[in-house]
Amino acid sequence: MEWNWKRIPAEYLVANVRLCRDGTLSERPGFLHVQKGRVEALGLGAPSREDLPVLDGGGLVCAPGLVDVHVHFREPGQEEKETIATGSRAAAAGGFTAVVTMPNTRPPVDDAPMVRYILDRAEETGLCRVFPTAAISKGQEGESLTEFGDLVKAGAVGFTDDGQPVMHGKLMQYALQYARMLGVPVTSHAEDATLAGKGVMHAGYWSTKLGLAGLPRLAEDVMVFRDVELARTTGGHLHVAHVSTRGTVEIIRRAREQGVHVTAEVTPHHLSLDHSCCRDFSPLFKMNPPLREQEDIEAVTQGLVDGVLDCIASDHAPHTAMEKELMFDQAPFGVVGLETALAVCHTHLVRTGKLGLGQLVERMSARAAATYGLPCGRLEEGGEADFLLFDPEEEWTVQPEALRSKSKNTPYGGQKLIGRVKATFLRGRSTYRDGD
Amino acid sequence: MILRSKDLIGLEDLSREEILTILEAAEAFRSIFDRPIRKVPIMRGRTVVNFFVEPSTRTRISFELAEKRLSADIVNFDASTSSLKKGETLRDTAENIQAMKIDMIVVRHSSPGAAAYLGRVLKASVINAGDGAHEHPTQGLLDMMTMRQRLGNLEGRKVTIIGDIAQSRVARSNIYGLTKLGAEVTVCGPPTMVPDAIARLGVKVEHDLRRAVADADVLNVLRIQLERHSQMVFPGNREYHLMFGVTEEVLRHTKPACFVMHPGPMNRDVEISSEVADGPRQVILEQVTNGVAVRMAVIYLLSGGDPRRLGGGARSAGRGED
Repeated sequence: MEWNWKRIPAEYLVANVRLCRDGTLSERPGFLHVQKGRVEALGLGAPSREDLPVLDGGGLVCAPGLVDVHVHFREPGQEEKETIATGSRAAAAGGFTAVVTMPNTRPPVDDAPMVRYILDRAEETGLCRVFPTAAISKGQEGESLTEFGDLVKAGAVGFTDDGQPVMHGKLMQYALQYARMLGVPVTSHAEDATLAGKGVMHAGYWSTKLGLAGLPRLAEDVMVFRDVELARTTGGHLHVAHVSTRGTVEIIRRAREQGVHVTAEVTPHHLSLDHSCCRDFSPLFKMNPPLREQEDIEAVTQGLVDGVLDCIASDHAPHTAMEKELMFDQAPFGVVGLETALAVCHTHLVRTGKLGLGQLVERMSARAAATYGLPCGRLEEGGEADFLLFDPEEEWTVQPEALRSKSKNTPYGGQKLIGRVKATFLRGRSTYRDGD
Repeated sequence: MILRSKDLIGLEDLSREEILTILEAAEAFRSIFDRPIRKVPIMRGRTVVNFFVEPSTRTRISFELAEKRLSADIVNFDASTSSLKKGETLRDTAENIQAMKIDMIVVRHSSPGAAAYLGRVLKASVINAGDGAHEHPTQGLLDMMTMRQRLGNLEGRKVTIIGDIAQSRVARSNIYGLTKLGAEVTVCGPPTMVPDAIARLGVKVEHDLRRAVADADVLNVLRIQLERHSQMVFPGNREYHLMFGVTEEVLRHTKPACFVMHPGPMNRDVEISSEVADGPRQVILEQVTNGVAVRMAVIYLLSGGDPRRLGGGARSAGRGED
């Protein structure tokens, strides 16, 4: 039967695809059998059923839908930057079928009705699974704990004051202890605010040359060290967001060897760009933590290869064009990343031979989902039919204005990347198709 | 074009030849100052906007004087009275100014990169009059002009810059310019004010003031602004004066011909003692005079002026030395 993108049936086959499962990419073509949003069967060779509509994959890679555990969708409060709807569209275009949202909206997600609001908006949009985190402290003010129990019941998958550090050590200790009872992680935006000061870019050669205030590695390292020790003492689950320094990788490596429950993520930009990108004062390269040095890129890459860092997360942080037109020291921190994450990592990690495509996909799906205990990220019989089709050969140039995200603040504008998401499916239904 | 760029953003971007061209043109303009009429009609009919988003008195007056002596039309635009305070972006403000058909913008801004940004978005020539801690190229040029008047060729000459190197645009412009002219630069200050990475700009780092001045031909003493810092970067003005203040006692450790410069305004008895500030070894007011000449030269050359047309006083100064 003929395939019709406009009317995707409840039951169909995806044939002639290279399946990506459990960290390995099959060399031989295989198929996927979808029924009512679930994977009925999958395997190598040609499908046995001949009575179903068939989507011919044309030799593309068929991978589990990607999971991004660190995005900012800005709703409610800053809808001029992004909404749950536009963010979900960007996610789908990047091959993502699930995201974990950060709670630093206006107001912050610090009570159960806020969590339900986000889930409702995500449901209405229906392009991506959205798992909200909630704030550690009321109003993200770093003083008293939010109602963790009620928030988890409402659907929060973890706690973080992301965007700013929890400077109060005792509050962080209580958060880890309390969250342990609920079986969810506490995510650390690791930055000692007093060491970070008014820094706007990595403290080093380029900050000195440009006359811009520096953010030292130390601000991250000492905070990661504190939080790891708190996790060790409390037995809580610490998740370290956006690891950017060599020191952090070493602290986490040691802690994991010693059995501390710590997981960690790294962004595509910290795997691929360094502080010299700031040389023309473009705020498109301003983010926190900042772009660091080549040795840090090597260390976080090695950490990801070794499994010391569990997964890749985009830290998708939309800002309006006007905000990114401000001077470097005055512009807000953050870059969008959902739509370039897979291609950037494919270009910089797979094409360079550091990771296999299967391994990369696992670090952007199953392993990412596992950090927050999310029920997704795998392509398996009986599981949800969340998947994407990926062309690992297609070369394309990033055009900021072509991004689906409401904001266009990508640091990769004009760069040539290798590998492109051709289609994304959530529960068996198409959420994105290249060229549409 | 004599200069490759339509803008002067920093001395990092200039070649040695471009720097020498500007300095020679500045000598020509300097010679006009001793005439009864100190004005030339070179920039008649052209409009220059002095766009000072960060307050400054001296640099603005110096630019204004340079523009007037070139017969340019001038508009002064201060942040305190501008729409930037009403939330307008720098780009909008600058494009509005440009739409009024002007030829040149002199910009002072607290953000590093502000001048470079305006240079990119505007068709008019942009002169950086200081962008945060990044560069202050005309200050670097006037400092070199003053040094060359005393020392001739700067090749192999030793210049010691003393102060808050981390926060100083004057230090950066001096470093770029002086190293291009072959001088050996030492920077001196407490470690909290001297970033490690500064050595990679090709300078020597010395924290002991007396050692730092021992071989120097020139001391360039920077203004200290402790009030700009978090309280912790240095214990205070008194301690600074004790440790890094340039005093008569410090000058006894220098070569006899070593002289003292300061970009102003001075904090007397903090980075420089009054005795030194008023003494025979300083050339601070010569710097101020040269500042006007350097700015005339930069404005002239950026608006397409030909240095060969500047007459004798100009061409002879410094010639054959470099």
